[in-house]
Amino acid sequence: MNPDHILSVRDLKTRFLMDEGTAKAVDGVSFDVSPGQVVGIVGESGCGKSVTIKSILGIVQKPGEVVGGEILFRQRGNGAAAAEMVDLAKLDGRGKEMRAIRGSDIALIPQEPMAALSPVHTIGNQLVEAVRLHQDVSKRRAEELAIERMTEVGVPNPAERMSMYSWELSGGLRQRVMIAMALSCSPRLLIADEPTTAIDVTTQAQVLRLLRGLQQNHGMAIIFITHDLGVIAQVADYVVVMYLGRVMETGPVDDIFHNPQHPYTRALLESIPSVHALSREPLPTIEGSIPHPFNRPAGCPFAPRCVAAMPGKCDRRTPKPTQLNGGQSVSCFLHNDAAEED
Amino acid sequence: MSVELQPEAEISAVAKPDSLDKADAVSVASNWKLVWWRFRKHRLAMVSGVVLILIATIAAFPGFFSTQAPHESDSKGSFMPPQGIHFWDDGPAFFVNATKGARNPRTLRMEWVLDEGETIPLRLFGRGYEWKALGLFPTRLHLVAVANPDTDKPIHLLGTDRLGRDQWSRLVHGTQVSLSIGLLAVFLSTVIGIALGGISGYFGGLADMVIQRVVELLQSIPPIPIWLALSAALPRSWSVTTTYLAITGILALITWTSLAREVRGRFLALREEDFVVAAKLSGCSQMRIVFRHMVPTMNSHIIAAVTLAIPVMIINETFLSFLGLGLRPPAISWGVLLQEAQNLQSVALAPWLLLPGLAVIITVLALNILGDGLRDAADPYH
Amino acid sequence: MLVYIVKRLLLLPLLLLVFSVIAFILIQAPPGDFVTSYVAELAASGSSMDRLQIDALRELYGLDRPGYVQYFKWLTRMLQGDLGVSLDFQKPISELIGQRLLLTVILGLSTFLFTFAVAIPIGTISATRQYSFFDYFFTVFNYVGVATPTFMTALILMWLAFSKLGITITGLFSPEFADEPWSFARTVDLGKHIWLPIVILGMDGTARLARILRANLLDELNKPYMEMARAKGMPEWRLIMKYPVRLAINPLVSSLGWYLPLIFSGSLIVATVLNLPTIGPLLLRSLIGQDMFLAGAIVLSYFGLAVIGTLLSDILLAWLDPRIRMEEA
Repeated sequence: MNPDHILSVRDLKTRFLMDEGTAKAVDGVSFDVSPGQVVGIVGESGCGKSVTIKSILGIVQKPGEVVGGEILFRQRGNGAAAAEMVDLAKLDGRGKEMRAIRGSDIALIPQEPMAALSPVHTIGNQLVEAVRLHQDVSKRRAEELAIERMTEVGVPNPAERMSMYSWELSGGLRQRVMIAMALSCSPRLLIADEPTTAIDVTTQAQVLRLLRGLQQNHGMAIIFITHDLGVIAQVADYVVVMYLGRVMETGPVDDIFHNPQHPYTRALLESIPSVHALSREPLPTIEGSIPHPFNRPAGCPFAPRCVAAMPGKCDRRTPKPTQLNGGQSVSCFLHNDAAEED
Repeated sequence: MSVELQPEAEISAVAKPDSLDKADAVSVASNWKLVWWRFRKHRLAMVSGVVLILIATIAAFPGFFSTQAPHESDSKGSFMPPQGIHFWDDGPAFFVNATKGARNPRTLRMEWVLDEGETIPLRLFGRGYEWKALGLFPTRLHLVAVANPDTDKPIHLLGTDRLGRDQWSRLVHGTQVSLSIGLLAVFLSTVIGIALGGISGYFGGLADMVIQRVVELLQSIPPIPIWLALSAALPRSWSVTTTYLAITGILALITWTSLAREVRGRFLALREEDFVVAAKLSGCSQMRIVFRHMVPTMNSHIIAAVTLAIPVMIINETFLSFLGLGLRPPAISWGVLLQEAQNLQSVALAPWLLLPGLAVIITVLALNILGDGLRDAADPYH
Repeated sequence: MLVYIVKRLLLLPLLLLVFSVIAFILIQAPPGDFVTSYVAELAASGSSMDRLQIDALRELYGLDRPGYVQYFKWLTRMLQGDLGVSLDFQKPISELIGQRLLLTVILGLSTFLFTFAVAIPIGTISATRQYSFFDYFFTVFNYVGVATPTFMTALILMWLAFSKLGITITGLFSPEFADEPWSFARTVDLGKHIWLPIVILGMDGTARLARILRANLLDELNKPYMEMARAKGMPEWRLIMKYPVRLAINPLVSSLGWYLPLIFSGSLIVATVLNLPTIGPLLLRSLIGQDMFLAGAIVLSYFGLAVIGTLLSDILLAWLDPRIRMEEA
C-alpha cells in the first residue's frame, strides 16, 4: 500500500445472499484515500455506494456479507511509531478491534439525521455516549466535550440543546448535531453518506461549507457519497464514479468534470441541467433503467444502456480499470481493449 | 396509485427473478391474486386452512360423523374409557376393543376397562341411528359404524361422560354450535363495526366524535364481568335457540369496537389516497366512492381481522358456558361439555372429559395461524 | 408530566360515574326486585318479615320510585361507603369483598410483572435471533399459549398434579392460614401458592406480548439509528438493549391500557377453577344466586380496577416516551 494513503480499498466484493438469488451489491471496487483528501463517490441509487461504505465500517447486515478484497486502513500509531496497517475486511464487524476503530478513527455522518437519532433519548445522552465509548472520561467531562463540539459545528446555545430531543430541532441543526457526534473522537477518516439529501438547499450549502472548513482545520480525510454531481463539484478533490456495484471511472475532480473518459460519466454529466443550454431543448437522459440486482447483465454492466457499446464485446466481457495519463482510471474497452476481468 | 399497480419491491417479493414472464404477470395481477400468491407461500396457514375445512365439514354434518345420538344416555355406562380404533392387527384392520365392566367392591361403582380379547369390527359408511342431514333429509348413513348392525355392544370412540353419553358424538355436535356461535357473533360485530367504522372514518366530524367516544368507552370497560352479568340476567325459561341467539348478541355487543377502529383507521388513510381524490374529482357519488373504490381495497384486511376475531369469540363462548352462564344443557357446545370436567374427581376418574378442550385449542390455533397468514398476505409491509 | 397526570386524574371521576350507571343497569337487568327475592329467601329459610319492615326496605332502596331515583339512592349509599348487604351471605358487602379485593389486586399485579419479565426477554431474543431454533420454539409456544383458554391450562395442570403427584393445587393459602389475620408466615404461605395462578393467568398475556414485541423489534432493527449506533462502535447487545428494545417497548406499554384490566377480570375464570379467594368466584356465585347488590359492587370493583390500570399505563407510557409527554402537556 502506498504510504501516502490512509485508506486503500482493493477489489472489494460484497454480496447479499437471499432466497431470490445473490445480489452482487459491490463487485470488485478499488479506490484510495489520502490524508486530508475529500473523495466523492457518485452514482445512481442502487449502484452500491452505500454498501461500499458499510463494508468499510464493517456494518453490513445479514444477509449481506463481504466476500472478497481488502480494506487497508492506517490506524492511529502509538506515539511516534509508524502507523499500523489493518485490513478491515478481515476484522469481525462486531468484534472489539473493529468497534475500537469505528466511531473513533472512522466516523459516519448518516443520510437522515432524523432517523439516525433516537427519538426517546436526549441529544446530550447520544453525544455523551459517542464520546465515552472511545474515551475514558467522566460523564461531566464528556458533556463538556460534547458542548465544545456542538459550538465548533455552529449549534447555537449548545448547552440548552443537550437536554432536547431530535424532533425538537430543525433539519439543519440535526445534521450539525450528527457532525458534532462524528467529530467527537477526532476521526482521521469521516464518511459522509449523502449528508445533504434530507435538508433544503440553503442549509445544504451551509453544511457543505462547514464540512470543508472542518476538514481543513482537522486535516482529516472525507469520503463523501452522493448522487448529486453538483455537490461533488463543490466538495470533492477526487471522484469515484460507480455503476451497479462496479467502479466506472476515477480521477481528480477537474479531470472528471472537464475531461470525462467513460461513456457513463459523460452521460451523467450531460444529464445535468445547465444555464448555458438553449431553452426548450430537452435534457438528455440515459436510456433504459438500472437492471434489477438479480438480473445483472453479462459483460460490462453499463453495456445495455451505453451509446458506445460494442456488440459482441461489451455484452460478453467485463472490462478492468486502466490507468490513463493524468491520474484518471477507466474501466472501458474503448480505452483498453485488452484489460479484461478473468 | 391504483390498486392494480404494485410497487417494485412487492414484485420481487412474489416473483422469482429468473422468470420475467412471472414479473409481467405480477404487474397486471389483481390485488386478490397478489394476496393469494403471497398467502400460498405461507405453508402453515395453508395447512390450517385444510384443517378448518375439515372442522367446518364436521360442523355442517355432525350426525354423519357421530356414532350415537348425542343425548342418548345410559345409566349403567358412565365414564367408559375411549375405545381407540385399531387400523392394524397383523394386517390392515378396522375395529375397536370391546369394554367390560365390573363393580368396584369398595365404591360399589361400575368401572369399565378395555377388553383386549374381544373386538368389535367397524366399517366405513355404515348404518346407525337415524339423523337428518341439514335438519331435512333423514338418513342412517354414518362415517364410522359397527360392521354388524345387530350387535348390542356400543362403541364410544372418546368414552362416555357421567350420564353414559357418547363423548365423541357430543363433541361433534358441540362443534356445530361452538363454531356457528363464533361465526355468527363475528358476523354481527363485523356488520356493526364496518357500518359505524365506515361512517366514522368517511364522514368524520361530529359523527366520528360521538362514535369514537362510544368506542373508547366500551373498550375501557372490562368485557368479562359485563358478559357474565348479562348472561346471568337471561331468563332460565328461555329455549335453547333463544339463549343461543342472546349469547351471540351479548358477545358481539362489545367486540365490534376493535373492528370499527380498524375500519376507521383504514378509511382515514384511504380518504387521502390519490385514487379516492381522483374519483371525487371525476364526480363519483359518495356511495360509489365508498363501495366501488374504498371497500374493495379493504376487503383483504377485513377478512384477516375477522378471521382473527372468530377464535376470540369461540374462547369466550366456551368459558361462558363452562362457568354455567352461557349455553345450558340440553344445548351442546364445547363449553357445555367442559362443564363436566369442572369437578376434579370426575377428571381424575375420566381424563377424556378434557378432550373437548383439545378441540378448542386446535380450532383456535388453526384460525389464528390462518388469520396471521391472511394478514401478512394482505399487508406485506405490516 | 404533572399537567398530564392531573389531566388524566380529572377524567377519572367522570369515567367512574359512567361505569356506575352501567353497573347499575346490569344489576337491574334480572327480572324481579331485590326485596321480593329477599323476602322469598327468608320465607324459604323459615323466618319472615312483617309488612312494616318490608316497606322500610322498599323505601330505603326506592323500589317504588323510577329507575333514576333508585340509581341515585344506590350511588349515594355507595359514596357514603355503604355497599349494602349480601342476602346470600347475610353479611355487609364491604366485609365480604375487602380481603378478596386485596388478593385480586395482588394476583393481578404479580401476573402483570411476571408477564413483562418473561415476555421482554423472549420477544427480544426471538427478534434478534430471527428464524433460529429459539425463535421457532417460542413462536410455537406463543401460538399454543394464545390458543389455550386459561381455564383449560388450569384444568390440565390441576388434573396432572392430582393424578400424578396426588396433590390438590387449589386456593391461595394452606388450610391453616385461610382464615387467619395477615402475618409474615401467612405472606410466605401466599407466596408458596400464588405462583401457579400467576403462571396460568400470565401465559396467554406473555405469549401475546412476546409476539407484539418481536414484531415491533423486527421493525426497529432495520431503522437507521441502529446503523448509526453501530457506526459509533457500540457493542451489539448494548445497543440493542438501549435503542430498539427501548423503542419497541413503547407500543407494548400502550397495550397495557387493555392488558392490566384484562388480567384483573381474566383472573375471574382461573380463580373459579382453582377456587381462589378473590372477588371472581364471588361474582359468579352472586350472579347465579341473583344476589344483585353484591354482584353490582363486584362489577363496579372490576371497573374501578380497569380504570386504575388504564391510568397506570398512561402514566407509564408518558414517563417512557417524551413525545407523548410533550404532546399532551
